[in-house]
Amino acid sequence: MNITWYIVLSSLLFATGVLGILLRRSPMVILLCLELMLNAGNLALVAFSRMVGNEQGQVFAVIVMVIAACEVVVGLGLIVAIFRRRLPLNVDDLRELRG
Amino acid sequence: MSGTAWAWLVLLFPLLGSIVIALGYRALPRKAAGMIGTAAIGLSFACGVAALLSLLGEDAEARHHASSLWDYASVAGLDIKLGIYLDQLSIFMVLVVTGVSTLIHLYSYGYMQSDEGYHRFFSYLNFFVFSMLLLVLAGNFVLLIVGWAFVGFASYALISFWYRRETATRAGLKAFVINVVGDIGLVLAAFLIFRELGSFDYGEVFEKAPEIFTTNEWTITAICLLLLVGAFAKSAQLPLHTWLPDAMEGPTPVSSLIHAATMVTAGVYLIARTHVLFALAPTAADISAFIGLATLLVAATIALVMTDLKRAIAYSTMSQIGYMVVGVSIGAYGAGMFHLMTHAFFKALLFMAAGSIIAAMANEQNIDRMGGFAKAMRFTSVTMLCGGLALAAFPLTSGFFSKDEILAYAGARGGMYLIFVVLGYFGAFLTAIYTFRLIFRVLQGEPCAEARELIETGHVHHAEPRNPATGELEDTDVGFPGPEHHIAETSAPMRVAMGVLAFLALVGGLVQVPGVDNVIADFLDPAFEGPVLAHVHPSIEWDWIGLAIGGAISLLGIWAAHWLYVANPERPRALEQRFQGLHDFLFRKWYFDEAIDVLVVRPALAVGRFANRVFERFVVDGLVTGTEDTVRGAGGIVSRVQNGFVRSYALLLIAGFAGLALYFLLSSS
Amino acid sequence: MEAAVFFVAAIGALGGAIGVIAMRNPFYSVLALIIHLFSLAALFLLLTSAFVAAAQVVVYAGAVMVLYVFVVAYVGGGGESAWEPIPGQRFLAPLLAVALFVELSIAVLGSALKALETHGPNVDNGFGDPASIGRLLLEKFLLPFEASSILLLLAAVGAIVLAARRREVEGEVPSKHSPTRLEGASPSTPHV
Repeated sequence: MNITWYIVLSSLLFATGVLGILLRRSPMVILLCLELMLNAGNLALVAFSRMVGNEQGQVFAVIVMVIAACEVVVGLGLIVAIFRRRLPLNVDDLRELRG
Repeated sequence: MSGTAWAWLVLLFPLLGSIVIALGYRALPRKAAGMIGTAAIGLSFACGVAALLSLLGEDAEARHHASSLWDYASVAGLDIKLGIYLDQLSIFMVLVVTGVSTLIHLYSYGYMQSDEGYHRFFSYLNFFVFSMLLLVLAGNFVLLIVGWAFVGFASYALISFWYRRETATRAGLKAFVINVVGDIGLVLAAFLIFRELGSFDYGEVFEKAPEIFTTNEWTITAICLLLLVGAFAKSAQLPLHTWLPDAMEGPTPVSSLIHAATMVTAGVYLIARTHVLFALAPTAADISAFIGLATLLVAATIALVMTDLKRAIAYSTMSQIGYMVVGVSIGAYGAGMFHLMTHAFFKALLFMAAGSIIAAMANEQNIDRMGGFAKAMRFTSVTMLCGGLALAAFPLTSGFFSKDEILAYAGARGGMYLIFVVLGYFGAFLTAIYTFRLIFRVLQGEPCAEARELIETGHVHHAEPRNPATGELEDTDVGFPGPEHHIAETSAPMRVAMGVLAFLALVGGLVQVPGVDNVIADFLDPAFEGPVLAHVHPSIEWDWIGLAIGGAISLLGIWAAHWLYVANPERPRALEQRFQGLHDFLFRKWYFDEAIDVLVVRPALAVGRFANRVFERFVVDGLVTGTEDTVRGAGGIVSRVQNGFVRSYALLLIAGFAGLALYFLLSSS
Repeated sequence: MEAAVFFVAAIGALGGAIGVIAMRNPFYSVLALIIHLFSLAALFLLLTSAFVAAAQVVVYAGAVMVLYVFVVAYVGGGGESAWEPIPGQRFLAPLLAVALFVELSIAVLGSALKALETHGPNVDNGFGDPASIGRLLLEKFLLPFEASSILLLLAAVGAIVLAARRREVEGEVPSKHSPTRLEGASPSTPHV
């Protein structure tokens, strides 16, 4: 399996994540789709690192994982806060960014 | 000290006086302000005399000096200095201006005594004298224009002195606007002079002009015509004369100073000063002479039917300046300046006397309501009579010698200029008639109510303060005339001023009696050396014949006035009814105001209205509001992107990213 | 052999991804994601990145997903359909996603990068080992390493601040979740 397969798979997973973000209403699921996209990126990074032959891409992937973890923490905290305030867990109803 | 140093002092004192009174008006008591103002001009006159003496100590040919304090602009071919030019002509004007101004300040000291704006009056008056002296002493065209503009402003400030009167402010505006028209002519002339001759300085301009221009070239003619526009606006000649009668809204000392002796003579001074240029453009000089002649006659005819005392005297001023303009345009510079001097004496005196009478009438100015003041106010009547005799050119008065000298000169030039002689004498005839019409109406006859009050009680009549023209009720606070009216009989300063002028009006002509002495012309002529015209002198015989004719005409005119207005009181009314149309035409001042209204004012207003309704609204507002609307609309459209839906923001993000990827794909293929 | 493993893992990853976006119940989506993550770990192993694979399983599937499970249990939810785009985006969204995939694929497939068609160079045995990753982290990428630790701290503090219980709870918007849930005791969970 040459690297191309991995990269194409990665872009397919990425596109799936994009589709999920645009189509789902629950913030929980949107966060999960964000995870999908991040992991797709990780896959591409590791594949390229293998293609090039040094481990720098893998280190990058590790750092990305760290960042994903942070982001999940904050995002879930947000969801919990929203739930606590009895606001609807629905991105369409949370519209205060409206200009 | 040198002559020019005295000349700088001449300029300094009125300016200082104006500033001191203006800054210290709260602290200075009335008397002090009046005294400072009068003393400033008096000192100025003294310095003028000193400068004259210093000039007299030199040879006749060497009596011209230029002096400058510093450079205004010395760049790119321009070299403008703050410089004065002292020669016979300028010192003559300085002496006339400061001399008569001192007397008028003295008169105002008493006349404006109860006006709330006393300090403001003296400050403005001093500033006016300063500007006039600047105009006269200027050594280059730029400073001349500066002085010209200052004089225009001072005239506006003084005409609208009683600023709460709407008629006064309107008159001030009218004077200013017409003066601006003249300013445009003067500035354009200065530009042309600079372009052709490369300098603004009098010395250089007058030296180079004969070398560069041939006679009657169109450039020099254009320059002279533009100078005439400026001169005629200031001197109230046709067709820029309509502001002068309205300017009588100002206090009487203002009319006396500005509209008799000084500002209106600025145009005559200008033509005399630039005589070198006019000698090179005889066509322009002839046009100037003919306009002067026309003004002379038109004004005299209007003065015949005017019923407002001050306005009648104003038209008389216009007419006499016509004589002066004729004089300096045909080359009789000395004669023209001489008439300027004598006119300053008797016209200022006439205005002063008129002021005294109007005060006795409690600000009423219509001569139909006046009468019999000869018994009620002796001093005023005598001085008014002196002034009137001089104006009518009664034999041996100053006006007699000066007016006829101009006409004799015209006769000596012969040819076309004989028209000036004939019509000039006709004008003199009319002058005598209208002058004595005024004198007989006001001084003779049955005493009117106010005169009777004076005779019986010795008090000036008190009336409700009203606008003399429209009859509107006023009060006596600042911005309107004061509550009390001062007549010469009760005010010593007024009497001194009027007395001096009466003396000068009677005997002032004796310095230039043909065949006997020639003081003025001898002094002034070297300043006008050069052009051929100055060498034309009337022969002694013509002089005497002219004087005889003039004297006869004057006596004839006085007799005619008596026949018309005194012998048979019904005659004027009968004449008026018989020649109703002519009377109306003259009474409406030859419809000049209406003509200007139709030709100039209404088109200007129409343009303004068009500009406002169409241009302003559609183009300017359209542009501005249109831009605003466009931006707001665009903003509205764009702001719809901010709908608050996180997913639509995400979509835009992804769409942008996809677009970018597409671009890179395409550009790399 | 390698191809088989690849395809199994790829199908697992893809299936998990589709499961995430298609399931009604968020709990099921979380489970699908866990499957997806394990498949990805297998793919990493195929790419001789042992450490990354291990980290993926331990950190991601282990810790992060547990977090998700807790929150889903707390918050609940479910019963909404999977296809709920903004009305204006009903066609645009799938279109864009497809366009994105197509573009990226073209970029890769049409690329002039020859190395993409290989399996990569021959690497030593220690490629992808924790040792080499560790060395890189502490030598070449020390700064990002330290910065990410600060980031973790920030995230932790931020989460505590966000989710802290306030005295007055504002915005009493009646929601599908009844107030008794505040105790966090019995989750309105999933009809498992």
